[in-house]
Amino acid sequence: MSDLNTAMVERYRTNFLKEVEANVEEGEWVKMCMQCGVCSGSCPLGKFWAHPPQEIFMMIRAGKREEVLSSDAMWMCTSCYNCIVRCPRELPITHIMHGLATYAKRLGLVPQNQPTARFAQMFWDNLMKKGRVNELKLGLALYFMNGFGEGVKTALKKQKLGMNMMKTGRMNPMEILGGHAVKDLSGFQKVIQKAQDLEDARIAQHGARQGA
Amino acid sequence: MTEVVATNETILVVGGGISGMTAALEAAETGKQVVLVEKRPYLGGRVSQLYKYFPKLCFPTCGLEINQRRAKMNPNLRVLTMAEVTGLKGEKGNYTATVRISPRYINGNCTACGDCEKAVSSEFDDEYNYGLGKRKGAYLPYRMAHPAQYVLDPRLIGTPEAEQAKAACKYGAVDLDMKEENIDFPCGAVIWATGWQPYDAAKIQPYGYDRFPNVITSVEFERLADPQGPTGGKLVRPSDGKEAKKVAFIQCAGSRDRNHLLHCSRICCMASLKQCTYVADAWGAEADVSVYYIDLRAIDRFEDFYAKVRGIEQVKFIKSKPASIVADKEGNPVVHGVDTEGYNRFADSFDLVVLAIGMEPSVDQASFPVDIVLNREGFIEADEANGGVFAAGCASDALDVNRAVQHATGAALRAIQVVHGAAGVEV
Repeated sequence: MSDLNTAMVERYRTNFLKEVEANVEEGEWVKMCMQCGVCSGSCPLGKFWAHPPQEIFMMIRAGKREEVLSSDAMWMCTSCYNCIVRCPRELPITHIMHGLATYAKRLGLVPQNQPTARFAQMFWDNLMKKGRVNELKLGLALYFMNGFGEGVKTALKKQKLGMNMMKTGRMNPMEILGGHAVKDLSGFQKVIQKAQDLEDARIAQHGARQGA
Repeated sequence: MTEVVATNETILVVGGGISGMTAALEAAETGKQVVLVEKRPYLGGRVSQLYKYFPKLCFPTCGLEINQRRAKMNPNLRVLTMAEVTGLKGEKGNYTATVRISPRYINGNCTACGDCEKAVSSEFDDEYNYGLGKRKGAYLPYRMAHPAQYVLDPRLIGTPEAEQAKAACKYGAVDLDMKEENIDFPCGAVIWATGWQPYDAAKIQPYGYDRFPNVITSVEFERLADPQGPTGGKLVRPSDGKEAKKVAFIQCAGSRDRNHLLHCSRICCMASLKQCTYVADAWGAEADVSVYYIDLRAIDRFEDFYAKVRGIEQVKFIKSKPASIVADKEGNPVVHGVDTEGYNRFADSFDLVVLAIGMEPSVDQASFPVDIVLNREGFIEADEANGGVFAAGCASDALDVNRAVQHATGAALRAIQVVHGAAGVEV
C-alpha cells in the first residue's frame, strides 16, 4: 500500500463518498445517482465485469473503499458513452469511471495484470518518449503483451493489414527506429512535468490534512 | 353564422376536458355566463378515453354522464365544439377573444341515427382510439359523445361519398356548404384548461416504440381494455392479435428524465397498477405481469391500492429502469436491463410491453395566443403577470382526475372574482 493511500484512508476514514468527491474527476456527481440501473443495462461489456456503474456508485456511498478502488470495473470501460447518453440524470458516468481508474492507479490499488491498465501504461510510456504516439511500436508492443509466441502469431495474422497500411502511406516502417517527435519535445516534457507537479501538490494537500 | 352573446362579465373556458367542463359548470352554476371552447367535436377530453379510474376501478362514463347532464341543463353555459381560441387581446376584466370554428358539416338537426355513417365507405384512423382502429368518414366520435351529433370528416368534402351521406340523411342535417368561421366576443376572465398529451414515445429511442408494434403506450392500453375500444375489450397485441397474457409495464417512460420530461408525471404509477388488474382480471391464473420501476409513487391513500395490487400473485415488481427493448423472431418484445436489488442482468420476453408514458402540456409557449408565464416543464404558473388568465387542471401541472377537478374548481373561483370586479361588485 502506498503512503498516499494510507494518508487518504486516515483522512476520509468514515466517508469514502467525500474522498471520491474531493479527489476523483467528476466524483461530485456520484451522489446524484438514483439507482435506476439504466447505465448497467446499457453497458455492452457489462456482463464481463464484477460491478456495473450503478453498483459502483452504491458501493461508494456504502463506504466500500477497498472493493471499489481495487475493482476491475472502471478498467473495463470502453468509452462507448451509452450510459451517459441514457442516464436520466445526465451523470457523466464514463468520465467518473475513468476518474476512479486514475485515482486507483495513483493510490497503487490497480488489480495486478489488469490488461487494460497495462495497455494504458504502455500507451502513456510510448507517448511520453516523443510527445506523440508511435503507432508501429505501440501496435507491436500490444501484440507481444502476452508473451513472445502469441506476439508472433498475432503479427503474422495482421501481416496483410500492415502491408496495406504501408502501401497507402498510413504507416511508415522507418518509425521502428525511434520515430519522429513533436517539434519542441523538451517543451512538451516540461508541460507534462508541470501538470504532474500541480496534480501531486493538490492530492498531497488533500492527503496531508488530518481529520475531516 | 354562429352567434355568441357575451359581455366583459363572461368567463371563457378553453378546453372541454374534465377540468374545463368542471370549471365551466362550477362557474355557470353560480349564475355566471360561460363560454366553453373545445377543439374536439365532443366534450370529455382524455377522460372519455379511459376504461376505468384508479383507485376505485369505477368507470369514467359515470362522472361524464353527470357532467353532460349538468351542461345540458344549464342556460348560462354556451358550448362551442371544433373550436379553437386563436387570439386574446385586452386585459384582466376586459378581453376580446377570437375563436375559429371548423365546419362539422352536420347541423343541429342531427339525431345521431347513423344513416350517414352507413352511406359512406372510406375509413380513417380513429383518433378516439389513438389510431389503433378505424372509423368511417361520417362518424359519432364515441358512443357517449356530447353533443350527440355526427361529424363529417373534411377529407370527404368534394367526394361522391359526401353527397351520399347528404342523400341518406332524413333530417336535412348534412350541410356540405358549412364554412370555417372566425368570431370575436368579449370576456372578463379566461380559464385555460387545455390539458395534457402523452409524451412522444418514439423519442425514447432504446424502447423502440416506433420500431416494434408490440410496444405500446399506457393510453393505448386503456383503449385495448375498453369493451368500446378497437378490440372489443380483448387484451390482444397489435402485431398478430395474439392474446397478451405476459405483459410488462415500464414506468417513467419519458418522465423524471433530463433527456425527456424533467418532472414526475405523477399518474403513471397508479395507471400501471390499475392496468395490472386489467391483465389479471382478463386471464386469471394465466396472467403474467412484470412492472419495471425506479420507485413506485402511490401517494397517500393510494398506498392501499398499491398494497392490493402487490397482493396479486401474477404481478411481479422489478426495481429497474430497463435499458432497452429488442424484438425476437416471433415479434415478442424482449426487455433488457439490470435490477437494483442484486444487480442481476435480465432479458425477459413478453407478449406485450406497455410504456407508462409521461404527461406533457398539450400547448407550448409559442402556441398561446397571449403572453403567459410557464414553468420550466411548460405548465402554466399561477402568476400575477397572467392577469385574468388562470390555468385549470393539467394545464397547470401533471395531475390525476381527482386533483384536476379540485384545481379546476379553484380556477373557477378565481375567474368569478375577476368578473365580479368587472361588474363593480365589492369583493
